[in-house]
Amino acid sequence: MIQAEAKNINVWYGGFHALKNISMNFNPNTVTAFIGPSGCGKSTFLRLFNRMNDLIPNFRLEGEILLNGQNIYDKGVRLDEIRKQAGMVFQKPNPFPKSIYDNVAYGLRVNGNNNKTELDGIVENALRQAALWDEVKDVLKKSAMELSGGQQQRLCIARALAVQPQLILMDEPASALDPISTARVEELMLELKKNYTIIIVTHNLQQAGRISDYTAFFYLGELVEYNATEKIFLNPEKERTQNYITGRFG
Amino acid sequence: MAALIESNVNHLKETLVHMWQLIIAQMEKARQTVITGDKNLIPEIKFNEKRVDAFELKLDMDCENTLMLKNPVAVDLRFVVSALKINYNLERIGDYAHGIAKIMDKLNTAIPESVLEQTHLLEMFYTAQTMLQEAYDAFETMDRNKVKSLFETDKKLDRYDKESNAIIAGIIDGKPSLSTESVLDILLIMKKLERTGDHVLNIAEELVFYFDADTIKHSKLDKKDSLPII
Repeated sequence: MIQAEAKNINVWYGGFHALKNISMNFNPNTVTAFIGPSGCGKSTFLRLFNRMNDLIPNFRLEGEILLNGQNIYDKGVRLDEIRKQAGMVFQKPNPFPKSIYDNVAYGLRVNGNNNKTELDGIVENALRQAALWDEVKDVLKKSAMELSGGQQQRLCIARALAVQPQLILMDEPASALDPISTARVEELMLELKKNYTIIIVTHNLQQAGRISDYTAFFYLGELVEYNATEKIFLNPEKERTQNYITGRFG
Repeated sequence: MAALIESNVNHLKETLVHMWQLIIAQMEKARQTVITGDKNLIPEIKFNEKRVDAFELKLDMDCENTLMLKNPVAVDLRFVVSALKINYNLERIGDYAHGIAKIMDKLNTAIPESVLEQTHLLEMFYTAQTMLQEAYDAFETMDRNKVKSLFETDKKLDRYDKESNAIIAGIIDGKPSLSTESVLDILLIMKKLERTGDHVLNIAEELVFYFDADTIKHSKLDKKDSLPII
Protein backbone atom coordinates (compact mmCIF):
# COMPACT_ATOMS: atom_id res chain seq x y z
CA MET A 1 0.00 0.00 0.00
CA ILE A 2 1.68 3.18 -1.12
CA GLN A 3 1.91 6.32 0.95
CA ALA A 4 2.22 9.31 -1.34
CA GLU A 5 2.95 12.72 0.05
CA ALA A 6 3.99 16.15 -1.16
CA LYS A 7 5.80 18.45 1.25
CA ASN A 8 6.20 22.20 0.80
CA ILE A 9 6.32 21.98 -2.98
CA ASN A 10 7.37 25.02 -4.98
CA VAL A 11 7.99 24.82 -8.72
CA TRP A 12 9.37 27.43 -11.06
CA TYR A 13 9.63 27.48 -14.84
CA GLY A 14 12.36 30.09 -15.15
CA GLY A 15 10.95 33.12 -13.37
CA PHE A 16 7.39 31.82 -13.36
CA HIS A 17 6.30 30.48 -9.97
CA ALA A 18 4.06 27.61 -11.10
CA LEU A 19 3.35 25.87 -7.78
CA LYS A 20 3.31 27.66 -4.46
CA ASN A 21 4.06 25.88 -1.21
CA ILE A 22 1.83 22.85 -1.67
CA SER A 23 1.62 20.04 0.85
CA MET A 24 -0.72 17.09 0.42
CA ASN A 25 -1.18 13.54 1.60
CA PHE A 26 -2.89 10.90 -0.49
CA ASN A 27 -4.78 8.09 1.17
CA PRO A 28 -4.11 4.58 -0.18
CA ASN A 29 -6.86 3.00 -2.28
CA THR A 30 -8.56 6.25 -3.04
CA VAL A 31 -9.12 8.35 -6.13
CA THR A 32 -8.09 11.97 -5.76
CA ALA A 33 -9.17 14.44 -8.43
CA PHE A 34 -7.28 17.65 -9.22
CA ILE A 35 -9.52 20.38 -10.59
CA GLY A 36 -8.91 23.98 -11.54
CA PRO A 37 -8.74 26.25 -14.57
CA SER A 38 -6.16 25.71 -17.30
CA GLY A 39 -2.71 26.83 -16.24
CA CYS A 40 -3.39 26.51 -12.50
CA GLY A 41 -0.60 23.96 -12.04
CA LYS A 42 -2.55 20.74 -11.53
CA SER A 43 -0.83 18.83 -14.35
CA THR A 44 2.57 20.16 -13.29
CA PHE A 45 1.87 18.89 -9.79
CA LEU A 46 0.65 15.48 -11.03
CA ARG A 47 3.74 15.03 -13.18
CA LEU A 48 6.01 15.58 -10.19
CA PHE A 49 5.03 12.13 -8.91
CA ASN A 50 6.96 10.32 -11.59
CA ARG A 51 9.41 13.08 -12.41
CA MET A 52 7.92 13.89 -15.80
CA ASN A 53 8.90 17.56 -15.48
CA ASP A 54 12.62 16.91 -15.11
CA LEU A 55 13.48 17.52 -18.75
CA ILE A 56 11.53 20.76 -19.10
CA PRO A 57 13.99 23.63 -19.57
CA ASN A 58 14.31 25.96 -16.57
CA PHE A 59 12.23 23.64 -14.38
CA ARG A 60 13.17 24.04 -10.72
CA LEU A 61 11.67 22.26 -7.72
CA GLU A 62 11.82 22.88 -4.00
CA GLY A 63 10.23 20.53 -1.50
CA GLU A 64 9.79 16.78 -1.35
CA ILE A 65 7.69 14.19 -3.14
CA LEU A 66 7.60 11.13 -0.95
CA LEU A 67 6.57 7.68 -2.11
CA ASN A 68 6.56 5.28 0.83
CA GLY A 69 8.63 7.76 2.77
CA GLN A 70 11.34 8.15 0.15
CA ASN A 71 11.90 11.47 -1.57
CA ILE A 72 11.88 10.55 -5.24
CA TYR A 73 14.00 13.61 -6.04
CA ASP A 74 16.86 12.48 -3.81
CA LYS A 75 20.16 11.94 -5.54
CA GLY A 76 20.73 8.31 -6.42
CA VAL A 77 17.06 7.46 -6.85
CA ARG A 78 16.63 5.53 -10.11
CA LEU A 79 14.11 6.99 -12.53
CA ASP A 80 13.03 3.58 -13.84
CA GLU A 81 12.27 2.46 -10.29
CA ILE A 82 10.10 5.52 -9.69
CA ARG A 83 8.19 4.96 -12.89
CA LYS A 84 7.55 1.38 -11.91
CA GLN A 85 5.94 2.69 -8.73
CA ALA A 86 3.96 5.47 -10.40
CA GLY A 87 2.37 4.71 -13.78
CA MET A 88 1.04 7.45 -16.01
CA VAL A 89 -1.96 7.61 -18.34
CA PHE A 90 -2.22 10.62 -20.62
CA GLN A 91 -5.02 12.66 -22.12
CA LYS A 92 -4.78 11.12 -25.56
CA PRO A 93 -4.26 7.38 -25.87
CA ASN A 94 -0.67 6.84 -26.95
CA PRO A 95 -0.19 3.18 -27.81
CA PHE A 96 3.10 2.25 -29.40
CA PRO A 97 2.88 1.18 -33.06
CA LYS A 98 3.24 -2.40 -31.99
CA SER A 99 0.92 -5.30 -31.28
CA ILE A 100 -1.49 -5.23 -28.35
CA TYR A 101 0.61 -7.84 -26.60
CA ASP A 102 3.88 -5.98 -27.16
CA ASN A 103 2.42 -2.75 -25.85
CA VAL A 104 1.52 -4.32 -22.53
CA ALA A 105 4.77 -6.28 -22.30
CA TYR A 106 6.88 -3.26 -23.22
CA GLY A 107 7.69 -2.01 -19.72
CA LEU A 108 8.51 -5.48 -18.48
CA ARG A 109 10.88 -6.15 -21.36
CA VAL A 110 12.57 -2.78 -20.84
CA ASN A 111 13.12 -3.89 -17.26
CA GLY A 112 14.76 -7.08 -18.51
CA ASN A 113 11.94 -9.57 -18.22
CA ASN A 114 11.86 -11.75 -21.36
CA ASN A 115 10.35 -14.88 -19.84
CA LYS A 116 7.54 -15.74 -22.27
CA THR A 117 5.42 -17.70 -19.81
CA GLU A 118 5.72 -15.02 -17.19
CA LEU A 119 5.00 -12.27 -19.71
CA ASP A 120 1.90 -14.11 -20.98
CA GLY A 121 0.51 -14.24 -17.47
CA ILE A 122 1.24 -10.61 -16.66
CA VAL A 123 -0.12 -9.36 -20.00
CA GLU A 124 -3.34 -11.30 -19.50
CA ASN A 125 -3.68 -10.08 -15.93
CA ALA A 126 -3.06 -6.44 -16.89
CA LEU A 127 -5.56 -6.63 -19.74
CA ARG A 128 -8.12 -8.21 -17.43
CA GLN A 129 -7.60 -5.47 -14.83
CA ALA A 130 -8.04 -2.88 -17.57
CA ALA A 131 -11.31 -4.57 -18.60
CA LEU A 132 -9.96 -5.18 -22.10
CA TRP A 133 -9.09 -8.88 -22.07
CA ASP A 134 -12.42 -10.17 -23.34
CA GLU A 135 -12.30 -7.80 -26.30
CA VAL A 136 -8.73 -8.55 -27.42
CA LYS A 137 -7.80 -12.02 -26.14
CA ASP A 138 -8.11 -13.51 -29.66
CA VAL A 139 -6.27 -10.70 -31.44
CA LEU A 140 -3.26 -10.05 -29.22
CA LYS A 141 -0.96 -9.85 -32.21
CA LYS A 142 -3.10 -7.23 -33.89
CA SER A 143 -1.69 -3.72 -34.05
CA ALA A 144 -2.77 -1.55 -31.14
CA MET A 145 -3.37 1.24 -33.61
CA GLU A 146 -6.40 -0.65 -34.94
CA LEU A 147 -8.24 -0.44 -31.63
CA SER A 148 -10.90 2.19 -30.97
CA GLY A 149 -9.97 5.29 -28.96
CA GLY A 150 -11.58 3.91 -25.80
CA GLN A 151 -9.86 0.55 -26.25
CA GLN A 152 -6.53 2.28 -26.87
CA GLN A 153 -6.89 4.21 -23.61
CA ARG A 154 -7.67 1.03 -21.70
CA LEU A 155 -4.66 -0.56 -23.39
CA CYS A 156 -2.51 2.31 -22.09
CA ILE A 157 -3.93 1.70 -18.63
CA ALA A 158 -3.07 -2.01 -19.01
CA ARG A 159 0.45 -1.02 -20.08
CA ALA A 160 0.79 1.10 -16.95
CA LEU A 161 -0.56 -1.71 -14.76
CA ALA A 162 1.75 -4.36 -16.23
CA VAL A 163 4.78 -3.06 -14.33
CA GLN A 164 2.70 -3.28 -11.14
CA PRO A 165 2.79 0.30 -9.99
CA GLN A 166 1.20 1.34 -6.71
CA LEU A 167 0.25 4.82 -7.78
CA ILE A 168 -1.60 5.56 -11.02
CA LEU A 169 -1.43 9.10 -12.38
CA MET A 170 -4.04 10.10 -14.94
CA ASP A 171 -3.95 13.36 -16.84
CA GLU A 172 -7.43 13.92 -18.28
CA PRO A 173 -7.66 10.26 -19.31
CA ALA A 174 -11.18 10.48 -20.72
CA SER A 175 -11.25 13.91 -22.30
CA ALA A 176 -10.72 12.50 -25.79
CA LEU A 177 -13.25 9.70 -25.39
CA ASP A 178 -16.95 9.39 -26.20
CA PRO A 179 -19.42 9.00 -23.29
CA ILE A 180 -19.52 5.19 -23.48
CA SER A 181 -15.73 4.85 -23.48
CA THR A 182 -15.55 7.47 -20.72
CA ALA A 183 -17.98 5.45 -18.62
CA ARG A 184 -15.85 2.32 -19.09
CA VAL A 185 -12.68 4.15 -18.03
CA GLU A 186 -14.48 5.59 -15.01
CA GLU A 187 -15.85 2.19 -14.00
CA LEU A 188 -12.36 0.84 -14.42
CA MET A 189 -10.94 3.47 -12.10
CA LEU A 190 -13.43 2.56 -9.39
CA GLU A 191 -12.39 -1.08 -9.78
CA LEU A 192 -8.67 -0.27 -9.82
CA LYS A 193 -8.72 1.76 -6.62
CA LYS A 194 -9.25 -1.48 -4.69
CA ASN A 195 -5.60 -2.25 -5.44
CA TYR A 196 -4.08 1.09 -6.40
CA THR A 197 -4.00 4.71 -5.36
CA ILE A 198 -5.16 6.96 -8.19
CA ILE A 199 -4.64 10.66 -8.84
CA ILE A 200 -6.50 12.16 -11.77
CA VAL A 201 -6.45 15.59 -13.37
CA THR A 202 -9.79 16.44 -14.90
CA HIS A 203 -11.62 19.45 -16.29
CA ASN A 204 -14.87 17.54 -16.07
CA LEU A 205 -16.35 18.44 -12.69
CA GLN A 206 -19.08 15.84 -13.02
CA GLN A 207 -16.40 13.23 -13.61
CA ALA A 208 -14.55 14.36 -10.49
CA GLY A 209 -17.82 14.04 -8.59
CA ARG A 210 -18.55 10.58 -9.99
CA ILE A 211 -15.24 8.87 -9.43
CA SER A 212 -13.16 10.60 -6.78
CA ASP A 213 -13.07 10.24 -3.01
CA TYR A 214 -11.13 13.46 -2.55
CA THR A 215 -10.91 16.58 -4.64
CA ALA A 216 -8.22 19.24 -4.69
CA PHE A 217 -8.92 22.64 -6.22
CA PHE A 218 -5.90 24.49 -7.62
CA TYR A 219 -5.84 28.12 -8.66
CA LEU A 220 -2.89 30.20 -9.87
CA GLY A 221 -0.41 27.66 -8.54
CA GLU A 222 -2.00 27.45 -5.10
CA LEU A 223 -3.86 24.59 -3.52
CA VAL A 224 -7.03 26.41 -2.53
CA GLU A 225 -8.98 23.53 -1.02
CA TYR A 226 -8.48 19.80 -0.55
CA ASN A 227 -11.32 17.87 0.95
CA ALA A 228 -13.71 14.94 0.59
CA THR A 229 -15.42 15.19 -2.80
CA GLU A 230 -18.91 15.34 -1.25
CA LYS A 231 -17.82 18.29 0.84
CA ILE A 232 -16.27 20.13 -2.10
CA PHE A 233 -19.36 19.74 -4.30
CA LEU A 234 -22.00 20.30 -1.62
CA ASN A 235 -20.49 22.86 0.69
CA PRO A 236 -16.95 23.98 -0.14
CA GLU A 237 -15.15 25.86 2.60
CA LYS A 238 -13.51 28.42 0.37
CA GLU A 239 -15.39 31.00 -1.63
CA ARG A 240 -12.94 30.63 -4.53
CA THR A 241 -13.78 26.92 -4.75
CA GLN A 242 -17.50 27.66 -4.75
CA ASN A 243 -17.07 30.31 -7.43
CA TYR A 244 -15.11 27.93 -9.63
CA ILE A 245 -17.34 24.87 -9.37
CA THR A 246 -20.53 26.91 -9.78
CA GLY A 247 -19.04 28.68 -12.79
CA ARG A 248 -19.03 32.11 -11.17
CA PHE A 249 -15.34 32.69 -11.60
CA GLY A 250 -13.96 36.02 -12.70
CA MET B 1 -21.72 28.89 -17.59
CA ALA B 2 -22.14 31.21 -14.61
CA ALA B 3 -24.82 33.30 -16.30
CA LEU B 4 -26.73 30.19 -17.36
CA ILE B 5 -26.91 28.55 -13.96
CA GLU B 6 -27.42 31.86 -12.17
CA SER B 7 -30.32 32.89 -14.36
CA ASN B 8 -31.81 29.43 -13.93
CA VAL B 9 -31.54 29.54 -10.15
CA ASN B 10 -32.86 33.11 -10.06
CA HIS B 11 -35.86 32.06 -12.14
CA LEU B 12 -36.55 29.21 -9.70
CA LYS B 13 -36.29 31.64 -6.79
CA GLU B 14 -38.76 34.02 -8.40
CA THR B 15 -41.27 31.24 -9.00
CA LEU B 16 -40.88 30.01 -5.43
CA VAL B 17 -41.37 33.53 -4.09
CA HIS B 18 -44.57 33.97 -6.13
CA MET B 19 -45.91 30.67 -4.87
CA TRP B 20 -44.99 31.53 -1.29
CA GLN B 21 -46.78 34.90 -1.55
CA LEU B 22 -49.84 33.17 -2.94
CA ILE B 23 -49.87 30.70 -0.01
CA ILE B 24 -49.54 33.56 2.48
CA ALA B 25 -52.49 35.29 0.82
CA GLN B 26 -54.54 32.07 0.78
CA MET B 27 -54.02 31.58 4.50
CA GLU B 28 -55.03 35.18 5.19
CA LYS B 29 -58.22 34.77 3.16
CA ALA B 30 -58.99 31.57 5.06
CA ARG B 31 -58.57 33.49 8.33
CA GLN B 32 -60.88 36.28 7.14
CA THR B 33 -63.48 33.68 6.27
CA VAL B 34 -63.24 32.12 9.74
CA ILE B 35 -63.44 35.46 11.56
CA THR B 36 -66.33 36.93 9.60
CA GLY B 37 -68.13 33.85 8.35
CA ASP B 38 -68.34 35.74 5.06
CA LYS B 39 -68.36 33.22 2.23
CA ASN B 40 -67.49 35.71 -0.49
CA LEU B 41 -63.81 34.88 -0.33
CA ILE B 42 -64.31 31.14 -0.66
CA PRO B 43 -64.59 30.99 -4.48
CA GLU B 44 -61.39 32.99 -4.71
CA ILE B 45 -59.61 30.57 -2.38
CA LYS B 46 -60.86 27.63 -4.41
CA PHE B 47 -59.75 29.24 -7.66
CA ASN B 48 -56.32 30.07 -6.25
CA GLU B 49 -55.90 26.49 -5.05
CA LYS B 50 -55.66 25.54 -8.73
CA ARG B 51 -52.94 28.16 -9.16
CA VAL B 52 -51.08 26.67 -6.19
CA ASP B 53 -51.22 23.24 -7.82
CA ALA B 54 -49.98 24.71 -11.08
CA PHE B 55 -47.08 26.38 -9.26
CA GLU B 56 -46.19 23.07 -7.64
CA LEU B 57 -46.08 21.27 -10.97
CA LYS B 58 -44.08 24.05 -12.59
CA LEU B 59 -41.53 24.18 -9.79
CA ASP B 60 -41.19 20.40 -9.79
CA MET B 61 -40.51 20.41 -13.50
CA ASP B 62 -38.14 23.40 -13.36
CA CYS B 63 -36.14 21.86 -10.51
CA GLU B 64 -35.92 18.53 -12.33
CA ASN B 65 -34.78 20.26 -15.51
CA THR B 66 -32.19 22.27 -13.62
CA LEU B 67 -30.79 19.15 -11.98
CA MET B 68 -30.79 17.29 -15.28
CA LEU B 69 -29.46 19.97 -17.61
CA LYS B 70 -27.45 22.41 -15.51
CA ASN B 71 -25.70 20.03 -13.11
CA PRO B 72 -25.80 22.48 -10.19
CA VAL B 73 -23.27 22.06 -7.38
CA ALA B 74 -22.55 23.61 -3.98
CA VAL B 75 -24.96 26.43 -3.06
CA ASP B 76 -26.87 26.04 -6.35
CA LEU B 77 -27.40 22.33 -5.75
CA ARG B 78 -28.48 22.96 -2.17
CA PHE B 79 -30.96 25.56 -3.35
CA VAL B 80 -32.54 23.33 -6.00
CA VAL B 81 -32.83 20.36 -3.61
CA SER B 82 -34.33 22.63 -0.93
CA ALA B 83 -36.67 24.30 -3.41
CA LEU B 84 -38.12 20.92 -4.39
CA LYS B 85 -38.97 20.17 -0.77
CA ILE B 86 -40.13 23.69 0.13
CA ASN B 87 -42.41 23.50 -2.89
CA TYR B 88 -44.03 20.31 -1.55
CA ASN B 89 -44.53 21.80 1.91
CA LEU B 90 -45.99 25.05 0.57
CA GLU B 91 -48.46 23.10 -1.53
CA ARG B 92 -49.59 21.20 1.57
CA ILE B 93 -50.10 24.47 3.44
CA GLY B 94 -52.13 25.68 0.46
CA ASP B 95 -54.25 22.53 0.81
CA TYR B 96 -54.93 23.42 4.46
CA ALA B 97 -56.08 26.95 3.54
CA HIS B 98 -58.33 25.42 0.90
CA GLY B 99 -59.55 22.80 3.38
CA ILE B 100 -60.45 25.50 5.92
CA ALA B 101 -62.37 27.36 3.22
CA LYS B 102 -64.33 24.21 2.37
CA ILE B 103 -65.20 23.71 6.04
CA MET B 104 -66.39 27.31 6.30
CA ASP B 105 -68.43 26.84 3.14
CA LYS B 106 -70.18 23.91 4.82
CA LEU B 107 -70.97 25.76 8.05
CA ASN B 108 -74.37 27.40 8.01
CA THR B 109 -73.40 30.11 10.42
CA ALA B 110 -70.41 32.17 11.50
CA ILE B 111 -68.35 30.77 14.36
CA PRO B 112 -69.55 32.52 17.54
CA GLU B 113 -67.02 34.84 19.17
CA SER B 114 -67.13 32.83 22.39
CA VAL B 115 -66.09 29.68 20.51
CA LEU B 116 -63.31 31.57 18.72
CA GLU B 117 -62.04 32.63 22.13
CA GLN B 118 -62.37 29.23 23.79
CA THR B 119 -60.56 27.45 20.96
CA HIS B 120 -57.79 30.06 20.63
CA LEU B 121 -58.48 29.78 16.92
CA LEU B 122 -57.40 33.33 16.15
CA GLU B 123 -54.16 32.92 18.13
CA MET B 124 -53.50 29.71 16.22
CA PHE B 125 -54.09 31.51 12.94
CA TYR B 126 -51.83 34.36 14.04
CA THR B 127 -49.05 31.96 15.06
CA ALA B 128 -49.24 29.85 11.91
CA GLN B 129 -49.35 32.91 9.65
CA THR B 130 -46.48 34.56 11.49
CA MET B 131 -44.39 31.41 11.07
CA LEU B 132 -45.19 31.27 7.36
CA GLN B 133 -44.28 34.94 6.90
CA GLU B 134 -41.07 34.66 8.94
CA ALA B 135 -39.93 31.61 7.00
CA TYR B 136 -40.51 33.62 3.85
CA ASP B 137 -38.53 36.57 5.24
CA ALA B 138 -35.74 34.21 6.31
CA PHE B 139 -35.61 32.78 2.79
CA GLU B 140 -35.52 36.23 1.19
CA THR B 141 -32.81 37.59 3.49
CA MET B 142 -31.00 34.29 4.32
CA ASP B 143 -31.54 35.16 7.99
CA ARG B 144 -30.55 32.21 10.18
CA ASN B 145 -31.90 33.83 13.37
CA LYS B 146 -35.38 33.99 11.90
CA VAL B 147 -35.16 30.30 11.06
CA LYS B 148 -34.20 29.45 14.63
CA SER B 149 -37.11 31.41 16.10
CA LEU B 150 -39.58 29.30 14.09
CA PHE B 151 -38.83 26.22 16.17
CA GLU B 152 -39.72 28.16 19.32
CA THR B 153 -42.88 29.67 17.84
CA ASP B 154 -44.17 26.27 16.76
CA LYS B 155 -44.26 25.16 20.39
CA LYS B 156 -47.22 27.54 20.87
CA LEU B 157 -49.19 25.78 18.15
CA ASP B 158 -48.33 22.43 19.70
CA ARG B 159 -49.63 23.62 23.09
CA TYR B 160 -52.93 24.80 21.57
CA ASP B 161 -53.22 21.52 19.71
CA LYS B 162 -52.64 19.48 22.86
CA GLU B 163 -55.52 21.25 24.55
CA SER B 164 -57.80 21.15 21.52
CA ASN B 165 -59.59 17.84 22.17
CA ALA B 166 -60.46 18.81 25.74
CA ILE B 167 -61.60 22.28 24.66
CA ILE B 168 -63.81 20.90 21.90
CA ALA B 169 -65.26 18.28 24.29
CA GLY B 170 -66.03 21.09 26.76
CA ILE B 171 -67.80 23.12 24.08
CA ILE B 172 -69.93 20.14 23.05
CA ASP B 173 -70.77 19.39 26.71
CA GLY B 174 -71.86 23.03 27.11
CA LYS B 175 -74.59 22.53 24.48
CA PRO B 176 -73.48 25.28 22.10
CA SER B 177 -75.58 26.99 19.47
CA LEU B 178 -73.53 25.13 16.83
CA SER B 179 -74.23 21.54 15.89
CA THR B 180 -71.81 18.88 17.16
CA GLU B 181 -70.67 18.32 13.58
CA SER B 182 -69.85 22.02 13.24
CA VAL B 183 -67.87 21.99 16.47
CA LEU B 184 -65.96 18.97 15.24
CA ASP B 185 -65.26 20.90 12.03
CA ILE B 186 -63.67 23.60 14.16
CA LEU B 187 -61.43 20.92 15.65
CA LEU B 188 -60.43 20.03 12.09
CA ILE B 189 -59.48 23.67 11.45
CA MET B 190 -57.33 23.63 14.58
CA LYS B 191 -55.59 20.46 13.40
CA LYS B 192 -54.92 22.02 9.99
CA LEU B 193 -53.32 25.05 11.63
CA GLU B 194 -51.15 22.84 13.80
CA ARG B 195 -50.05 20.90 10.71
CA THR B 196 -49.32 24.20 8.97
CA GLY B 197 -46.78 24.88 11.72
CA ASP B 198 -45.22 21.45 11.14
CA HIS B 199 -44.87 22.13 7.43
CA VAL B 200 -43.28 25.51 8.11
CA LEU B 201 -40.75 23.69 10.31
CA ASN B 202 -40.03 21.32 7.44
CA ILE B 203 -39.39 24.40 5.33
CA ALA B 204 -37.13 25.77 8.07
CA GLU B 205 -35.08 22.56 7.96
CA GLU B 206 -34.69 22.97 4.22
CA LEU B 207 -33.58 26.57 4.70
CA VAL B 208 -30.86 25.42 7.10
CA PHE B 209 -29.68 22.94 4.48
CA TYR B 210 -29.75 25.62 1.78
CA PHE B 211 -27.88 28.17 3.89
CA ASP B 212 -25.29 25.97 5.62
CA ALA B 213 -25.52 22.41 4.23
CA ASP B 214 -26.53 21.20 7.69
CA THR B 215 -29.12 18.46 8.00
CA ILE B 216 -31.24 18.91 11.11
CA LYS B 217 -34.20 16.82 9.99
CA HIS B 218 -35.25 14.28 12.62
CA SER B 219 -32.77 15.71 15.10
CA LYS B 220 -33.94 16.55 18.59
CA LEU B 221 -35.02 20.06 19.35
CA ASP B 222 -31.95 20.72 21.47
CA LYS B 223 -29.85 20.28 18.33
CA LYS B 224 -32.09 22.73 16.51
CA ASP B 225 -31.61 25.10 19.42
CA SER B 226 -27.89 25.05 18.77
CA LEU B 227 -28.05 25.78 15.06
CA PRO B 228 -24.92 27.39 13.69
CA ILE B 229 -26.42 30.84 14.00
CA ILE B 230 -24.30 33.75 12.88
